[in-house]
Amino acid sequence: MSGPSLMDSLFQPSLEDLIKGLRQQLIGEQAFISKSLEEIRKEIKSTDLSTKSTALLKLSYLSNLHFQDMSFAAFPALEVLSSPRFSHKKIAYHAISLSFHDSTPVLLLITNHLRKDLNSTNEFEVSLSLQCLSRIANVDLARDLTPEVFALLSSNKFYVRKRAVAVVLRVFEKYPDSVRVCFKRLVENLENSDPQVLSAVVGVFSELACKDPRSYLPLAPEFYKILVDSKNNWISIKVLKIFSKLAPLEPRLAKRVVEPICDLMRNTGAKSLLFECIRTVVTSLSENESAVRLAVGKVREFLEDEDPNLKYLGLQALRIVAEKHLWAVSENKEVVIKSLSDADPNIKIESLRLVMAMVSEHNVSEISRVLVNYAIKSDPVFCNEILGSILSTCSRNLYEIIVDFDWYVSLLGEMSRIAHCQMGDEIENQLIDIGLRVKDVRPELVRVARDLLIDPALLGNSFLHGVLSGAAWASGEYVEFSRNPLELMEALLQPRTSLLPPPIRAIYIQAAFKVLVFCLHTCFMRGKSIAPSASLDNLPAGVSASASYESFDDFSVENGADVAVVHGQTCASAPITKESIVNILNMVELALGPLLGSHDVEVQERARNLLGFVDLTKPEILNSSIHEKRDSEGKRVESSKIIKLMHDAFSKELGPVSLSAQGKVSLPDGLVLKENLGDLEMICGDIEPPSSNSFSFGSPYEEEKDGLSFSNLQIRDDNEQSNESTSLLAAHRKRHGLYYLSSGKSEMISNDYPPASDHTLQGDINDNADDLVKLTAESLIPKRKPKHGKPRPVVVKLDEVDEKPVAMKQPESRDDSLSGAVRDVLFGSEDIPPTSSQSNLSNSSKRKGKEKQHTDPHTESKVSAVGDGNSSSRRRKDRSQGKERRHRSPRKKNDEERKDADQKEKKKSSGGRHKSRQRAEEPLKVPAQTPVIPDFLL
Amino acid sequence: MIKAVMVMNTQGKTRLAKFYEYLPVEKQQELIRGVFAVLCSRAENVSNFIDAESIFGPDSRLVYKHFATLYFVFVFDSSENELAVLDLIQVFVETLDRCFKNVCELDVVFNYSKVHTILDEMIFGGQVVETSSSEIMKAVEEISKLEAASNAITLIPKSASGWRSR
Repeated sequence: MSGPSLMDSLFQPSLEDLIKGLRQQLIGEQAFISKSLEEIRKEIKSTDLSTKSTALLKLSYLSNLHFQDMSFAAFPALEVLSSPRFSHKKIAYHAISLSFHDSTPVLLLITNHLRKDLNSTNEFEVSLSLQCLSRIANVDLARDLTPEVFALLSSNKFYVRKRAVAVVLRVFEKYPDSVRVCFKRLVENLENSDPQVLSAVVGVFSELACKDPRSYLPLAPEFYKILVDSKNNWISIKVLKIFSKLAPLEPRLAKRVVEPICDLMRNTGAKSLLFECIRTVVTSLSENESAVRLAVGKVREFLEDEDPNLKYLGLQALRIVAEKHLWAVSENKEVVIKSLSDADPNIKIESLRLVMAMVSEHNVSEISRVLVNYAIKSDPVFCNEILGSILSTCSRNLYEIIVDFDWYVSLLGEMSRIAHCQMGDEIENQLIDIGLRVKDVRPELVRVARDLLIDPALLGNSFLHGVLSGAAWASGEYVEFSRNPLELMEALLQPRTSLLPPPIRAIYIQAAFKVLVFCLHTCFMRGKSIAPSASLDNLPAGVSASASYESFDDFSVENGADVAVVHGQTCASAPITKESIVNILNMVELALGPLLGSHDVEVQERARNLLGFVDLTKPEILNSSIHEKRDSEGKRVESSKIIKLMHDAFSKELGPVSLSAQGKVSLPDGLVLKENLGDLEMICGDIEPPSSNSFSFGSPYEEEKDGLSFSNLQIRDDNEQSNESTSLLAAHRKRHGLYYLSSGKSEMISNDYPPASDHTLQGDINDNADDLVKLTAESLIPKRKPKHGKPRPVVVKLDEVDEKPVAMKQPESRDDSLSGAVRDVLFGSEDIPPTSSQSNLSNSSKRKGKEKQHTDPHTESKVSAVGDGNSSSRRRKDRSQGKERRHRSPRKKNDEERKDADQKEKKKSSGGRHKSRQRAEEPLKVPAQTPVIPDFLL
Repeated sequence: MIKAVMVMNTQGKTRLAKFYEYLPVEKQQELIRGVFAVLCSRAENVSNFIDAESIFGPDSRLVYKHFATLYFVFVFDSSENELAVLDLIQVFVETLDRCFKNVCELDVVFNYSKVHTILDEMIFGGQVVETSSSEIMKAVEEISKLEAASNAITLIPKSASGWRSR
């Protein structure tokens, strides 16, 4: 050893020094780490393996706990690995399993080291190298080391053997051909008496069965034996995992395992095993009524337990049961509902899901009511969890559980007023969606939208902006249902709209446009109705000429309920007087004038449109109101034409658009769609696409603040947050009291316009739980009482698109290479059953025949490359053909099969290896459609 | 299959991290931070589960146990039983306790290699291979002896490396 290297190793700081240094450093942790890394980089180049390995260990430490990159040490790690000393090897293996991955360049250099250690006589060295293999094996490593792993599978040291079994999982996954070599030994280990080895094997099979259960059906007898005999909870749990995958595939198997599982459930003291039994029964054996009853009884014990873990898992199990056995939930509903107010967030969410599982069209309104009240008093996270699940449950399958849409729309309005509500976007979507789909709900929708829009307090809450934009759109689109369009206009143009982000503001302006056109149109039509020449088509019949000249002050009282129906439309009959029109026009000009300079193009453009329209119509309206009212018809014709035009443009109904609509449009002649546009890219290459939809060149709020100083309300400090809304509100109301509805008119809105965070419904929260219990109880009574007088309105559905995306995807037969290989081994080698050599003798005569049948597939499987789906499917065909040949008569098949099944069940219940061999001697009479089962019975 | 084992203290400092599939260190750090963010917001005496799917993707579950200043976190998929994994955490902690005689956070800090050795005896490539803490102890002691022996034949006795592997 050379001098410098000796010095290096003498004064090299150890890992312990590094840790101590890290804890006591004064220069900052990051700085210390970089300093140490520098040292390590030097040390790791040392020729002394001890120095190198210490450096590697320190580097592993820094990588593992301080997330430093250690990829540069890949080669030094290999060097340390070659050391004969165990301690060096250990460090190297640790470093390698931390840092190596499939694209590590030196990965393949490790093969020989691993092979050497796999062949070592020291079990700990073997263990280290197996551990490393289980972590880093890729195709090449798995292929090259398969023989070693195969040898270790029958190692007489159980310490090694169980690790070899465990590593097989990774080897199979990476190199499926190894199945042909190792699978039989793996299966043999199922008979191992050592619980640790057995546990490892069963663990491997449970992982394998997860991915492709069908391939492992033939091993069911072995698993069954383990299930019955095992005294080890770990093993039992894993076997249950396997059966929960296998049982759904084979009804006869399900019948057979139910009894032992129920026995386990009754007798076991271990909660983990008990829970696994419950889960297996409720997921995979849910057809068996008595087993499910037993399981639900055990779930109940879990639910009543003090331990929150058991309670949580109990609720989870209950949710699985609920899919098929809703009674299980209703039996436990008190616990479920009480859990809504549990301290544990997991339990709360789980019970919320269960409550939602109980929702049906009969109790949806009551349950939602109670849940909304829960939401009001719970913490923000859970509140939104509740709201989210109400929204998703109610909108499921195009609102299939909603009968009373008026109720639902007002619920949406109410939900958006909850203080913590952050579901604005979802509510917005639903408001618009319902508006488009359900015609009958539109009057109520407009009313709800109005209530939302008119409340200035809501504008300050950025989570609600989505809701507001939905409401603004709905009120503009369906303004003909509004009782008081003028008031809507006020709401849409109120000064606090400056708090809205520009895109939503643009929606507001557009909605205001629609409302204005509607107001003007109504006004003019009314004027015309008196003139004999006017057509009577669009006239609101209930409006008399005198109504329009009623005093402005008392319209709200007078006409609130006066809704006339014309041509199937509900039409607002609030008197729109000339005066009010003029007021509105002035207001539009004042409010939008400043927006002409908005930095946001959407806002600017729409403001300009609206103002342009006002410019066109205003002079004549003013004119006609100043002069004689009746004889100005001629002059008004021109503007009324414009108004009529606009009104017609807006009154075209918008409908939901099918996702495939584009595809239905036939291609116009002369339009070449397939032309290559590649050249365009060169031309457009330089042009940066805009990063967002709106072009904003500065703070929009700033700009709008300027704008507002001109507004008619003269409120300048509008940029303040919603907690100051009350004073603003008062000011607004004082000035524009006329446009507010009087309190008597609608119970929903109180006089004071409570801020968004105020809940009027808090009173009845305390007895919520009891309510909900009662409600769900009612809802589960099979006899249904029609609660809603009116029939469910039509919900517009678009043919194929809106249908619930059916899970059309068949669980594709996983013909991947691994399962293909496993099947080959299990079916191809059935002539050498893994059970015992005795059966070889007893069955030899029969097997000869079988061997004949299997010659083709067998040889072919040897020849053909793995992973070739084509060849494996061909193989299976061959197999089933072979099977068919074995059937004596296809007609008798079914009866015999049934008999056989019964017989086998009887026999098997007495258990044991021997029986399964007996079964094997029976001729095969099982239908060809399930090619796997016959082999399993062999 | 167990996907990951983490030990972190109540300040969020990682004390042990083991991922059974390769992950870049940045990703590891992100996941551990994600777990800690949820853990530290949880009250005492609530259930030992957290929703792991938001952090680790679909089909992942997470149980943790809180001992003194340390959180022990195991992440796994649907082929493990939640309560059994909780028991496994118990076994792990018991083994540490036996090994270090009243284990505390400092023991875990200063015995990086040994803690990893213990964990490796229990969990092999994501699969549980040993659940008895006395068996684990036996193996760990054997390994320590081997390490010591292989260091003892060093030609130049070194003060530093003698401490290293304890």
